[in-house]
Amino acid sequence: MMDFVLNNILTLILFVPTLVAAVLFFLPRQEKALLRWTAFIGSLIPLVLSITLWLNFGAGAKGFQFEVQQKWYEAINSSFHLGVDGLSLTMVLLTTLLTPLCILASFGIQDRIKAYMILFLLLETGMLGVFLSLDLLLFFVFWEIGLVPMYFLINQWGSEKGERELWGGRKVAARTYASFKFMIYTMAGSLGLLLAIQMIGVAAGTFDLVKLFSDPNWLSAQNLGNVGPLGLSFGTIKAIAFWAFVVAFAIKVPVWPFHTWLPDAHTEAPTAGSMILAGVLLKLGAYGFLRLVLPLYPQEAEKYAPALAFLAVMAIIFGALAAYGQDDFKRLVAYSSVNHMGFVVLGIAAAAYAAGSTWAEDGVIALNGAVLQMFNHGLSAAGMFFLVGVIYERAHTRNLNDFGGLFPLIPVYGGILIFTALGSLGLPGLGGFISEFLVVRGSWPIFTVFTALSMIGLFLTGAYILKVIKKVLHGPLNEYWEHHGLAEINIREIIVMAPLMALMLWIGVWPAWILNVINEAMKRLF
Amino acid sequence: MQFPILSVIVFTPIVAGILILLIPGNRKTEVRVTALAAATIAMLLSAWVYFSYDISAGGYQFQELYKWLPALGISFRVGVDGISAPLVLLTGIVMFTGVLISWGLDDRPREFFVFLFILATGVFGVFVSLDLFMLFFFYEIAVFPMYLLISIWGWVKTREYAAMKLTLYLFIGSVIALVGALAMYFQAGLHSFDMLELEKAGFSPVFQHFWFPFVFFGFAVLGGIFPFHNWSPDGHVAAPTAVSMFHAGVLMKLGAFASLRVGIMLMPEGAHFWKWVILGLATVNVVYGAFIAAVQTDFKYVIGFSSVSHMGLVMLGFATLTKEGLTGAGVQMFSHGVMTALFFAVVGMVYDRAHTREIPELGGFSKKMPWVAVAFTIGGLVSMGMPGLSGFVAEFPIFMGVWKVQPLIAIIAAISIVITASYIIRVIGRVFFGAMPEHFEHGDHAVGDVTVMDKVALGVICIIMITVGVYPSVMVPLVQSGVKNILALVGGA
Amino acid sequence: MTAENVLAILPEILILVLAGFVLLLDALWPEPKRRSLGWLTAGGLMLILAVSVAIARPGDDPRFAFGGMIRDDWLGFTFRMAFLFGAAITCLFAMDAEQLGKKGEFYVLLLVSTLGMNLMASAGDLVMLYLAIETTSIPLYVLAGFVVNDDKSTEAGFKYMLFGALTSTVMLYGFSLLYGFSGTTSLYELAEKIRLGLIPTGVLVGTLMLMLVGFGFKISAVPFHYWAPDVYEGAPTPVAGFLSTASKAAGFAVLMRVLLVAFSGDEVMHSWTTLIAAISVITMTLGNTLALAQKNIKRLLAYSSIAQAGYILIGLVAISPDGPLNLGIRSAVFYLIAYIVTNLTVFGVVAAFERVSGSNEIDAYKGLSRRSPGLAFIMLIGMLSLAGMPPFGGFVAKVFVFAAAVETKTWTWLAVVGVLNAIIGLYYYLTVLKVVYLYRTDNPDDEQKPIPLTRPYAIALVVLTAGIVLIGTLFGPWFHWAGLAAGSLF
Repeated sequence: MMDFVLNNILTLILFVPTLVAAVLFFLPRQEKALLRWTAFIGSLIPLVLSITLWLNFGAGAKGFQFEVQQKWYEAINSSFHLGVDGLSLTMVLLTTLLTPLCILASFGIQDRIKAYMILFLLLETGMLGVFLSLDLLLFFVFWEIGLVPMYFLINQWGSEKGERELWGGRKVAARTYASFKFMIYTMAGSLGLLLAIQMIGVAAGTFDLVKLFSDPNWLSAQNLGNVGPLGLSFGTIKAIAFWAFVVAFAIKVPVWPFHTWLPDAHTEAPTAGSMILAGVLLKLGAYGFLRLVLPLYPQEAEKYAPALAFLAVMAIIFGALAAYGQDDFKRLVAYSSVNHMGFVVLGIAAAAYAAGSTWAEDGVIALNGAVLQMFNHGLSAAGMFFLVGVIYERAHTRNLNDFGGLFPLIPVYGGILIFTALGSLGLPGLGGFISEFLVVRGSWPIFTVFTALSMIGLFLTGAYILKVIKKVLHGPLNEYWEHHGLAEINIREIIVMAPLMALMLWIGVWPAWILNVINEAMKRLF
Repeated sequence: MQFPILSVIVFTPIVAGILILLIPGNRKTEVRVTALAAATIAMLLSAWVYFSYDISAGGYQFQELYKWLPALGISFRVGVDGISAPLVLLTGIVMFTGVLISWGLDDRPREFFVFLFILATGVFGVFVSLDLFMLFFFYEIAVFPMYLLISIWGWVKTREYAAMKLTLYLFIGSVIALVGALAMYFQAGLHSFDMLELEKAGFSPVFQHFWFPFVFFGFAVLGGIFPFHNWSPDGHVAAPTAVSMFHAGVLMKLGAFASLRVGIMLMPEGAHFWKWVILGLATVNVVYGAFIAAVQTDFKYVIGFSSVSHMGLVMLGFATLTKEGLTGAGVQMFSHGVMTALFFAVVGMVYDRAHTREIPELGGFSKKMPWVAVAFTIGGLVSMGMPGLSGFVAEFPIFMGVWKVQPLIAIIAAISIVITASYIIRVIGRVFFGAMPEHFEHGDHAVGDVTVMDKVALGVICIIMITVGVYPSVMVPLVQSGVKNILALVGGA
Repeated sequence: MTAENVLAILPEILILVLAGFVLLLDALWPEPKRRSLGWLTAGGLMLILAVSVAIARPGDDPRFAFGGMIRDDWLGFTFRMAFLFGAAITCLFAMDAEQLGKKGEFYVLLLVSTLGMNLMASAGDLVMLYLAIETTSIPLYVLAGFVVNDDKSTEAGFKYMLFGALTSTVMLYGFSLLYGFSGTTSLYELAEKIRLGLIPTGVLVGTLMLMLVGFGFKISAVPFHYWAPDVYEGAPTPVAGFLSTASKAAGFAVLMRVLLVAFSGDEVMHSWTTLIAAISVITMTLGNTLALAQKNIKRLLAYSSIAQAGYILIGLVAISPDGPLNLGIRSAVFYLIAYIVTNLTVFGVVAAFERVSGSNEIDAYKGLSRRSPGLAFIMLIGMLSLAGMPPFGGFVAKVFVFAAAVETKTWTWLAVVGVLNAIIGLYYYLTVLKVVYLYRTDNPDDEQKPIPLTRPYAIALVVLTAGIVLIGTLFGPWFHWAGLAAGSLF
């Protein structure tokens, strides 16, 4: 039994959520408790499996482990190829951890629970598929699959209030606007990716990443001959393909200036939707950079790294500034994601620039920081969004000015909020500090100026986080709440937050268990 | 002697039609049941042919040969290869779901099913024909019932105009192709209309350069190639639901298929010569069709123009003359066929209840017909080429084929994907989600859910689209074996 | 009268006998019973057909009878059997027509005209030809004007007679010139003389044009078609049906024989093929175009018949005797067979409808599909066959005719013109069907009033419809006969 599990663990992790969704399909729509608990328990299975995977993973080994390769779409040389290394394992763990928490967080949803849960589980499969794929076409398939459930989650279960005006004066619900923008923006971005993948398929004759990685000339002037006449030089074509990949991932991360879909999507999404969106979906973009862009296009990455670093710094600074300026709690957290993901991109850019030079090791350090930041931000952003959701459910407002001095009323919530917010800020002792430190330490020798500028961003991060805490918890108690009262955070919600907080602390105090795995993978990334 | 399964498939509809004709006009249930029985038989037999096809052996299987007019070399010769087997299955599926969807038709169902089945026989006949005369014979049989079906049972506002336009357009296309085919017959000097022999005929390049457009564009009119696509949107909209399903789902594939079989396969040198023209026109189809679809306010017109766009992809795939392009086109014919059948079925369901197809006037239908909303969403995702569904499995190789020929076209055509996504989402959002207008919610005009028949039809199609999308091996190897044969004739890569 | 000679004209002899018999019974039988004369005539004609097919088939080699007056060959035989069939059907249609069915004279005239047509088809001599044409035409003039108290019928008869007389005079002049220059009236001897180049081409072309006036009139080709719409409209419908089918076919038989036998020299053939091609194009186009505007179904059918003649002429033009298939004449003969069956069907429906409703306006056909689904369906089959849709005879016929044109390569463009004309034709045929199937009666109650078919109509229409489908699907035997007919010309 154990052998079977271990031999097929990736396939199981990938498809158990779909199976659970299929089971849910046949359950009666009215049994709300049944649906919720089935979904929750079902989503714990992939978590157990990924922990098993983690324990059986050999960190120091080269290449990908637990590989699975099956015939799938032979006609175009694409196979069903899965595998993990340290990078993807970390992400898989994050995904399988966050999903049950999100589902638990969604117990407050009353409307069409069945459809909601099914969509969420399908979303999990999509995300896991991206992390586990070792075939470009398969990667793209799962990349796109993740879009649809998210679209519906925002569109159907998103915030009910709010309107946006379109061209021509027509008004639509804010969530309709946000979901549509999210979908079309991302799809438009992946269009370039699609075209580039098609070209690669024709030129290289395969989509298999392992094969492509092993051949430095996977795209050469020679095999471009398979493609029809483009009239451009080889260098130009490869650069265009590079940018096609970069843009698609940059939109997802999001890298400034491709971030404009994010505030709306995050704000209008239902609580769990925002949690998973910030927690995992943004990481898909960064993962794309790490898994595909750096190994496949090392020269181009090196050449354009400064541009990318510049954009990263913009994201850090402007994201923080924008967050500071928000009155809407959720929107603030949304912009904080832009801010935090900026560090990820800075680390990646630094590593790309430093590859093969004397600072290669610093580059690896920066990469470690980037990946750890991905994990940490996943935890802290999910936590922050959840906490926004908790207070929104009670107060029915997200405007920071409507709160004030709530600490005495809801001390437990207050405590958790402070903990999580400081984790987001990067307080030493919590995970965020380690990852941001590593990024800065790694990038400093490589991109000194940019790194220095990003420190401003760090400063601003502190500003907005403290603003949040102050506006919500400190200061004079808002009269309104004094009269109406505010319910304290309940057990279920604490259980949602507990693993996140525990992990933030654990990583902050003793990060070796995860950093080892990441480091070994980053050393061999490209 | 081998059971003549293909002949049975071809003639089942018309035999059923004759039987139905003998039932008195007021016995509507008997008529419907007979129709459903015949459709089920045809579908099961075509599925059997599909799954029994021996991929490793390839070539034309289940062949039958009967002499018809030896003096001129006309024979009744049938067979399926990797390209036509999925199309035969497609016809069976569309016929089956079409009958289910038409269950509620109340005005002279007897005549309706008779004409529908004449159409079905014509379509089956073309797909399995291996004799040029026979192909035309059945091709025309598939054209004239459209006139009656649309003009009598269609949408009152435009049915006469649309029916006449459609019939004349299709007839013009087919007779022009006929002249080309006759030219081929005489030029070959083989005294035979047998397509397998004509494949070996070896026409001179000059001959092919001149006659290829006659045959290809004559048939491609039915495939909806720009600028001869004009009959299609009006025809789609005016036709009753089952006829629209047949029209977009099968008939347009008939045109593309015939242009492949008679045009490309019999005059490969001509195909190479005219390749760029076809590529250009097909690209216009893809992009222009999507643009026009995006600005329509009538739900059915959106779907009609989206068919023009998707058929453009089929012809794009053909024109690349590459393994990937042809494979993708073969799968796209099937995938789009079932998808568009689903679309029109849904449009019909909405219209029957709401009595309007104007998108601004609709809304919130998922509340009243949730299954339909889900089914239409899945269909919409297929239309967008969403990976995981059959649309992606079809479109991706087509694009790969285009990359091999002219990457710029791939980039231009890819724009249509985003446009398609935007209008599909808009339509789904408006029609199924969002607020439902008051008068549909309560009162006399309240909208009800769809029948079990409708749900079965939609369910069958959804399962097929998902299966092919998740597990391409269920269709792609079969299509590839047919493509191999084409490549041998065309000499492409 | 040798046995061979008798066999050569056996059908004609039998027709004469039948005519006498009918005349006798007409005198003897009281008026109500005279309707049965129709059964008798029809049955008699079919019997004659059976007997002829059994014992009077021409041999493999064509023979001359009566000193070259008659040529006993497959061309003539095929056409003669077709005429017998057509006449029989016409009798069945006429039997229940008000002013026709009970009059013995009607049947006699019909028989005499059929006799004339038979002789036209097998004439081998110019004098015989002329006599035969007149024998055919004069009864037809009377039949057209048969309904004496109907102005339209009288006008039709009169017009037909004047036109016919004029054109046959011109034609006779042509005959006489030909005799003058060649010294013989036998077509086949004429052929010899022409092949030897004894007659100047200019004379040949000139006389040909004169003769074409007469032949063109018979087949209602442009510009000799003016009589057709008025005559078809005015004449009693069964007669119009007979005119449009058998009479036209007889004209074609003569045209084929004269053109292909007598004028078969290379030079002269070139001139007349071009001429016929031009006539074909104008005939098709004018016929189809003018049909578009018609509101009366008989006029529409008249123009449709004119157009159909154009298609047949394509077959005539596309001769390539050295071509392997020689589709030209074969396709023309096949087309005529299919056309006779189809057009009779349509006229039969019109006659049946007219009998009950009294109207020939297309608008009157509204809602026919609800009143009489069966009759409407037969109309559908007939119209679609005329349009050239499978699985009906018209489709195969058109394909063959166009194939003949494409085979010659030089006349491929003619096929394209024909094809484009077929499209125009489709439009108005479909318009009629639209009225029948889509439109509803003005008065909703009328929908309950069916169009009852009497037995003769039912039998005739069923036989004809079966024929259309048969010719369209199992076309082997018919094509074989057409082939025999074509082969025997030379």
